[in-house]
Amino acid sequence: MAIGEAEIKFLDKPLEADTTTDIIYMMCPMHLLTLQQKIKELKVGQVLAILTDYDGALEDIPAWCNKTGNEFLGIKEEPDHYKFYVKKLNDA
Amino acid sequence: MEKVYLDNVATNPLHPEALDAMMPYLKEEFGNPLSIYPLGAKAKEAIENARASVASLINAKINEIIFTSNGAEANNFALRGIALAFQNKGKHIIISKVEHHSILNSARFLEKSGFAVTYLPVDKYGIVDPITVHKAITKETILISIIHASPEVGTIEPITEIAKIAKQNSIIFHTDAVASAGNIPIDVQKLGVDLLSLSAHQFYGPKGVGALYIKEGIRIVPLIYGGIQEGGRRAGTENVPAIVGMGKAAELAKTYMDNRINHIKPLRDKLIENILKIDNVYLTGHLEHRLPGHASFVVEYIEGEAMLLLLVNKGIYSASGSACSSKALKASPVLLSLGIPVHLAQGSIVFTLGEKTTEEEINYLINTFPNIITRLREISPYTKGWEGMGNSTCIAKK
Repeated sequence: MAIGEAEIKFLDKPLEADTTTDIIYMMCPMHLLTLQQKIKELKVGQVLAILTDYDGALEDIPAWCNKTGNEFLGIKEEPDHYKFYVKKLNDA
Repeated sequence: MEKVYLDNVATNPLHPEALDAMMPYLKEEFGNPLSIYPLGAKAKEAIENARASVASLINAKINEIIFTSNGAEANNFALRGIALAFQNKGKHIIISKVEHHSILNSARFLEKSGFAVTYLPVDKYGIVDPITVHKAITKETILISIIHASPEVGTIEPITEIAKIAKQNSIIFHTDAVASAGNIPIDVQKLGVDLLSLSAHQFYGPKGVGALYIKEGIRIVPLIYGGIQEGGRRAGTENVPAIVGMGKAAELAKTYMDNRINHIKPLRDKLIENILKIDNVYLTGHLEHRLPGHASFVVEYIEGEAMLLLLVNKGIYSASGSACSSKALKASPVLLSLGIPVHLAQGSIVFTLGEKTTEEEINYLINTFPNIITRLREISPYTKGWEGMGNSTCIAKK
């Protein structure tokens, strides 16, 4: 699946996360670099929450999960930012 | 004497060990820290080592240090970045009247952009009373920024108390520590600050590099957008040699801070004691709560610029108020805010000592300065009085 074709899944309620990282006000490509770095620090099965106000993340993060074989759990929309949830599925 | 450098608050000479540390990165180690091959990796590693040294100087975590191009950029970044990041919470900022122009003018810029700014008064020593900070807080206040130590009058502010008030009210607190960092012990945990600006050339590092401490978890809007340098918070290819020099200077400052203070403070005290023996010369700033190498005065009946020029003729390099006020030939707003009358504020002179200052140099100044004052007073039109003291200038009475 190419970037832009990934499904954007919105959540009604926030999910439990093992680690939360706040990159609000950081622009592209910090959302992808942070995701890549933070997911390395997690154990398989753990959940990462990323807080960002960068609109491009709506496409990029689900697509990144698709490409790397991690599970994109969804997005919780907050008044001034998005909360993305990613579950680590492998150590690759 | 050929040259007596007593303007260390303007800048310090680069420490030879800092220069040595920088040299490889000006020559063979020229890689871009973002490049993945060894040349780039070496530059990246050098930056991260420097970050650790700067963090250690102020007891911060490594990831809490963001390198900037100087102290002024760090101050602009702090004020504008926090104001924009928290503007949905409120649009009120508190600063003091004795801030550096990089804070004052950033605040003025924010005022034009719809923020309200309170400029707190100071007492006759230049001290911000924490009670005035408390009283100035409104529901809209999002940021308080108070200078740590004044480069103009040397006074050290009660930052710990003010930071506590900010914390109790859930307000972000920044301090401009450009004149103090590397010169007196600073522990961001003990001070309780959220952001702190510092500059390398104020502690024997190179010019063109500074840093902003941002407490982990604090959101800030970048001042410069671009690449991923500094975690995306300050874009632009890093000034690797300068950052390395800053790291080395920070390491040296931490190691030799006590020695440096123990060397300059007695000399500074001797200087103050002797200069105050001259008639109608007054110390500005606080006698005890002041930077260890800082001696600032106002001399009645004389303009600061005239003193500077005659001192230069004798090989003594000093300053008169802030560089900006001095160039504009206006009485310093900082001195006026201390309640010093205009005619006195125009006679401002600042001597700042450094690690290389010798007792011989201080004796030379003590012996030379009274004659300069006498000579200038003999030709001064101000001895007959002055008028027009209501604003930042005054003229001699005829």
